[in-house]
Amino acid sequence: MDKSVAVGKSMGEKKKIANTIMTVVFSILSVLWIYPIIMILFNSLKVESAISTNRIFELPIGDAFNGIKNFVYGISEMDFLSSFWYSLFITVSSVVLIILCCSMCAWYICRVNSKAAKAIYYLCVFSMVVPFQMVMFTLSKTADTLKLNTPYDICIIYLGFGAGLAVFMFTGFMKSIPLEIEEAAMIDGCSPLQIFFKVVMPITKPTTISTAILETMWVWNDYLLPTLVLDIKNYRTIPMNIQYFRGSFGSVQMGPMMACILITVLPIIILYLICQKYIIEGVVAGAVKG
Amino acid sequence: MFLAYGAKDVLKGAVMEKSIKKYWPVFVAPTLVAFTIGFIWPFIWGIYLSFTKFQTLKKITWVGFDNYIRVFQDSTFVHAFVFTTLFTIVSTLTINVLAFLIATLLTRGIKGTNAFRTIFFMPNLIGGIVLGYIWQSLLNGLLYKFGMPLLGLSTTEGFWGLVILMGWQQIGYMMIIYIAGLQNVSPDLIEAAQIDGATRWQVLKHVKIPMVMPSITICMFLTLTNSFKLFDQNLSLTGGDPAKSTQMLALNIYETYYMRSGQQWKGIGQAKAVVFFLIVVIISMVQLRTTKKREVQA
Amino acid sequence: MKKLAKCLALTAAAATVMSSAAMAEGVYYLNFKPEANDAWQALAAAYTEETGVPVTVVTAASGEYETTLQAEMAKSDAPTLFQVNGPVGLKNWVDYCYDLSGSAIEEKLTSDAFELKTEDDAVAGIAYVIESYGIIANKTLLEKAGYTVDDIQSFDDLKAVADDIQARKDELGVKGAFASTGMDGSSDWRFKTHLANLPIYYEYQADGISDTDAIKGDYLDNYKAVFDLYITDSTCDPSELAAKTGDDARNEFLNGEAVFYQNGSWEYSNLAEQFSDDEIAMIPIYFGVDDAAEGLCTGTENFWCVNAEASEEDIEATLAFIDWVVSSETGTKAMAEDMGFVIPFTTAQESPNVFVKQDAEYTANGKTPVSWNFTTMPSEEWKNGVGSALTAYAAGQSDWDAVVTAFVDGWAEEVALNQ
Repeated sequence: MDKSVAVGKSMGEKKKIANTIMTVVFSILSVLWIYPIIMILFNSLKVESAISTNRIFELPIGDAFNGIKNFVYGISEMDFLSSFWYSLFITVSSVVLIILCCSMCAWYICRVNSKAAKAIYYLCVFSMVVPFQMVMFTLSKTADTLKLNTPYDICIIYLGFGAGLAVFMFTGFMKSIPLEIEEAAMIDGCSPLQIFFKVVMPITKPTTISTAILETMWVWNDYLLPTLVLDIKNYRTIPMNIQYFRGSFGSVQMGPMMACILITVLPIIILYLICQKYIIEGVVAGAVKG
Repeated sequence: MFLAYGAKDVLKGAVMEKSIKKYWPVFVAPTLVAFTIGFIWPFIWGIYLSFTKFQTLKKITWVGFDNYIRVFQDSTFVHAFVFTTLFTIVSTLTINVLAFLIATLLTRGIKGTNAFRTIFFMPNLIGGIVLGYIWQSLLNGLLYKFGMPLLGLSTTEGFWGLVILMGWQQIGYMMIIYIAGLQNVSPDLIEAAQIDGATRWQVLKHVKIPMVMPSITICMFLTLTNSFKLFDQNLSLTGGDPAKSTQMLALNIYETYYMRSGQQWKGIGQAKAVVFFLIVVIISMVQLRTTKKREVQA
Repeated sequence: MKKLAKCLALTAAAATVMSSAAMAEGVYYLNFKPEANDAWQALAAAYTEETGVPVTVVTAASGEYETTLQAEMAKSDAPTLFQVNGPVGLKNWVDYCYDLSGSAIEEKLTSDAFELKTEDDAVAGIAYVIESYGIIANKTLLEKAGYTVDDIQSFDDLKAVADDIQARKDELGVKGAFASTGMDGSSDWRFKTHLANLPIYYEYQADGISDTDAIKGDYLDNYKAVFDLYITDSTCDPSELAAKTGDDARNEFLNGEAVFYQNGSWEYSNLAEQFSDDEIAMIPIYFGVDDAAEGLCTGTENFWCVNAEASEEDIEATLAFIDWVVSSETGTKAMAEDMGFVIPFTTAQESPNVFVKQDAEYTANGKTPVSWNFTTMPSEEWKNGVGSALTAYAAGQSDWDAVVTAFVDGWAEEVALNQ
């Protein structure tokens, strides 16, 4: 008996040591993992000539240090703040619209047993595999004809092209909601709209969050759709602006570009750190349903 | 009694269905209208245009299957297909293997697990264009330090650059899904296997992997389609250099459409897009079917 | 959350109504020249202030003009004024070009050689700027090394001087004779297009033609000699060139790290901030063929076209705008001084651009300007092919044969594809 305790103890200790080693290994790995972001931070503080290929790893000290000039230039010259606003507005309006409309549509599909409802559902699933290149020209032309080419109404395009995934996810979840709850509400005299907002939506909260996260990541980072659809005379989103940095004015301004990349990435990271619990849960929920 | 209840239930369901049906303009119409504008109509129109020659829609000429014939005569398209396929296989494997490995290590109660998860997941939030430029600077800097040719010069480097970039972006995401899957494996089952004398490898192979098969299915599906449809990262990391040899299908189509000047190119680009779409459909169907089968067997 | 959603939906709806009401008609110019963007924006604002006609100027990112033009022309609110680079570019857009015959701007042209005509003799495009390019030299550094610009009269002279400077670079305090031959997209056009003009020019001269479906590449050895000189006597290692940008090269020249820099008269405004007119000079890119007679490369690849699909009012507004640009005091002044352009119109003002003056001097001294034949290159695709091959060659990844293949075979392939 003594012996087995001893064995158990040494096993436990061994495990402890192994775990400590793992912690160290993962710590190093984590630092490597975020190094690219740190590199952007450093380079955004350097002068143009110190960002070239052979000096990219240098620290922003001495001659290389440029203060916040890159940030000032990037923000003022490239009209970065309005890009930021357009990106923000497009993302928020599109995601809200997608969540609202697609959850309603999904509930209808679940509760109404008709051929039309089934057809819509299968079309949505089908649309999920269609690559954007398939519709890029015709979609931008349609948007142009209907004048859906400003940041204030492009959300309708996003609702149309993003409906597939959202409808699919909501239907997957709503199918599992027992009918009884909704029936009880109906007997209490609720209209379908009231049932939906008072009963169904609260139950659907986890799916709502995960769909919202997936759609947010898509819309905020999307490059090609806004490039082709938006009226480029007046509007540029952040990804478009960053791409423009590369080629504009016959030169590449690496410093301001690094600064703008950093300003683009930081808010997302902060947002993520604040609500990471929901984000990670949302990803899992979305994956399990999908 | 049972019958009566059942009938009543059906009746109630029917009443509700009827009342919901009346509300279709509120529930379905907005999505349906947008879906028609944003997907159905452009899709059908796109198929039609792939049989025509056009530049700005002012003049559209029907050319039948000519565009499709030229798609397969286009060596850049064939090359892009091979490159994309190779990239998809390699990146799908590396991402899933590494994500699964990290997930198993991070479900052992190591100190700092939460912090590690947070960090690994982070790159996923950054958009493709931005990611590409970050890695272009980083990789070029590294290659220069080791005296190797820069990214834009070597197909092999471009290929591995894309694999690394995709890995960095996606491993965290897949890891989260795998962790959730692994946490669902009941410890009793593993213990039972261990009591039966199963080695670690056997536990992994016969208990853990079959139990997380649903996660594997979804992760494989996600990485496969993401890699195959990759555009932003390709555009910003290599832009297809050198000489289009790292160009993937999506970028090839985009370039045919918008960078080539000449009346015929848009129709060919649209035909390429249709072919691309068919390939994606086939791949998704085959993949879902095979992994689903394995799931059932397990 | 629900309230927020409602609010947002309402805002969106309101914004839709507002934005569609505010859709303004007028001139929409898709500008090709990124370096002149600021000047164009200012000029457009000045015109609007003077006449009340709204003018929008959008500048395509460098190397993306065709992409942007293709996307924009398909929109309902398409550019009313755009440009093509010559006969090859015109082929794609000829259906969209308004006939400029008899327009006010056409009558102000100094010569009808600056008109781009269609097969039906309609005037589809009008050249609005004449430019020159060559090798820009830093005279101060050249003198420090013991030479003057006059010492360089041929390719052999250039090579001897450059080799000598390269050998004594530490003593002279420079990084190399030539600024980096950057092959990044922001700079590679200097070599895949501008330098590539010379072998085409001499071949056309020898054969007495002005266009061809099959280039022979008779002068590619000279092309190689010049390119080799650029990348050997350079500020950086050839393996770095793939990532070197246009800014890098310009900065090297501005900082006095390089003596020579291949570029054109459009660079004048950038260089004038640092150098006085006496400190810089442009010399021909001596090619080792007929160096005694060779002048600067002078020509144009900038032809304005007016979109025939635009509404009648917009076409009128656009014609009025371009006429104002090339004839009014404000317009010509901006063209000459802010953009450093020489414009082929009778109403032009004299440009202070020192490179332009040198071009005139060369011609006066009996040299023949090298014409711009890259407007006959079969496609952008061809240029990219040559560019990639040059980049790989510079980095030692492949040999010169690959460049020859891209140049000669690529030409024939592209011509066949575009037929």
